[in-house]
Amino acid sequence: MHRFANPARFLKIARPVTSWLLGIGFVLSAIGIVGALFLMPPDYLQGQTARILHIHVPAAWLGMSGWTGIAVASAAQIIWRHPLAGVAARALAPAGATFAFICLATGSIWGRPTWGTWWEWDGRLTSMLVLFFLYCGYMALAAAEKERGPDGRAAPVFGLVGAVNLPIIHYSVQWWNTLHQGESISLTKTTIAPELLWPLPFTLLGFSALFGAVVLLRMRAELAEAKVEARLRRAAAE
Amino acid sequence: MNQWTFVFAAYAVALGGTAGLIGWALASCRRAEDRATRIGRPQ
Repeated sequence: MHRFANPARFLKIARPVTSWLLGIGFVLSAIGIVGALFLMPPDYLQGQTARILHIHVPAAWLGMSGWTGIAVASAAQIIWRHPLAGVAARALAPAGATFAFICLATGSIWGRPTWGTWWEWDGRLTSMLVLFFLYCGYMALAAAEKERGPDGRAAPVFGLVGAVNLPIIHYSVQWWNTLHQGESISLTKTTIAPELLWPLPFTLLGFSALFGAVVLLRMRAELAEAKVEARLRRAAAE
Repeated sequence: MNQWTFVFAAYAVALGGTAGLIGWALASCRRAEDRATRIGRPQ
């Protein structure tokens, strides 16, 4: 990990990887979306609304993965003082917040015809909404702290403490009686028929690649902004 | 209640949000890197 502590070395790798991730992400997402909208059959119980699953699940996965990344980067920032850790954490936040919002919005749109309500204060929905608010708080805190200098500790501590919400989201459907269905997909088994499930790996991988590209773009922007600030400071001092 | 209305609304939110995020990230990166190149160039 410390090999990439040098921003110049990181940028040399990040530039081509960004283009690759964008290309792969667009192709895989397009295959998954066309499959989910036009090629898979409707569900025998939910009808056409089952198609929403193929964007809702990747959004939930990326919303939670984003904060996992923030927690790991925050730990690296506090323990090893890795120079790119803070940059990575700040770059993850807007992408994670966007996908947490998409997860909430698509879930709500699915809930209206399926449950008969746009919103329910149950464990899964509420803990996901809390995650979205945590992202908003993290972005505000990290922006304020960045202006004061690179040695701030509040944002990484907030990033670590906020990770407590991740197991709450995951286990909420087991711990409480919720309107949200239980786990239907795991690494080893699924209760969804293969005819309905096949577009999901495409949208999962496709949106994950696009998420990765956005994070790299934001990291590159942050590093360029830091370079400009350093040069202006040096010019002012001369 | 036409279920397709909900399906297209959900996809519009997801694709619009993702496209907006990518567009913003691309624009902000290009702007910042162009500025860094401009300032780094000798006057």
